[in-house]
Amino acid sequence: MSEQIDEGLRRELQRQGVWVTSMQELYNWGRKNSIWPLQFGLACCAIEMIATAASRYDIARFGGEVFRPSPRQADLMIVAGTVTKKMAPQIVRLYNQMPDPKYVISMGACAISGGPFKEGYNVLKGIDRYIPVDVYIPGCPPRPEALLHAFMELQRKIDDQKLTGANKADHLTAAQPSEFPVPSFGKHDLEPPANPDVFHPPKIERA
Amino acid sequence: MIPDPYLFIVIFIGVALVFPLIPLALAWAWRRFFQPPKPGVEKNAIYECGVESIGEAQIQFRSQYYLYAIIFLIFDVEAIFLVPFAVAFTGLPVGAFIAILVFLFLLIEGLVWAWGKGCLQWER
Repeated sequence: MSEQIDEGLRRELQRQGVWVTSMQELYNWGRKNSIWPLQFGLACCAIEMIATAASRYDIARFGGEVFRPSPRQADLMIVAGTVTKKMAPQIVRLYNQMPDPKYVISMGACAISGGPFKEGYNVLKGIDRYIPVDVYIPGCPPRPEALLHAFMELQRKIDDQKLTGANKADHLTAAQPSEFPVPSFGKHDLEPPANPDVFHPPKIERA
Repeated sequence: MIPDPYLFIVIFIGVALVFPLIPLALAWAWRRFFQPPKPGVEKNAIYECGVESIGEAQIQFRSQYYLYAIIFLIFDVEAIFLVPFAVAFTGLPVGAFIAILVFLFLLIEGLVWAWGKGCLQWER
């Protein structure tokens, strides 16, 4: 499983009509082509997400059309829109209730950083403060093509995940957490304002 | 030799059992040997809409709605009688007009009685 078959040999075999694969490739191929997103939208990005799911852009071509209304059946959480501080605990709780393996797409400027409402008092400055995000899509809102691109990036990421070895996927590692602490409503802000285990903002060097 | 006609049903039951059991067994083996289970308080919570559940699920509803439903039903039936009366109004004799007035009077009297009894008062 861990050692890959030689690409040249595989191509030679394919020319003869013999298809060689490994457990890892088969497993990841099945997973990446049946990603079921969680059905919830927060703001205007959700309209673009709906457009992506509808016939013109048709996310079904990528195996992601089965929007599940229950987190128990979902693989992917598309955080589509402005995350208010009132909504953030619910989103973290929904993420916690999703079974492993689970992925998060942070869609739009608001879900990434708070976007145009970053200076406001009631908008969370990025959902990556509480849950690990796999793919970020910039845009306000991002077009459906951008969401499809993010979806393909996620498929690429799933395809590269290892089943064995030291750097195997998180959901196969017993030590990696599957749930993250839900923030509570504090006096002025959510408490804690960010989960330090998850949130690693880039350090800005000022001259 | 003619096979037993019920043999097909036996084969059918066998296939119907094995066909779903194979994926279930594969899923079990996958969970057992590869994917470590990670249960948790949030994940095992019964309510799955992101909101914490408050209080007990087994609460009692008041029977107050029952009286409203009964009174509504009476006046609902009244409409069924009044519509054909209104449609045929011009061709009806005086006796029919008096009869429907009596009918209306009885219902209105019932409403006044229910009102007087305090049935329309919503009590918490």
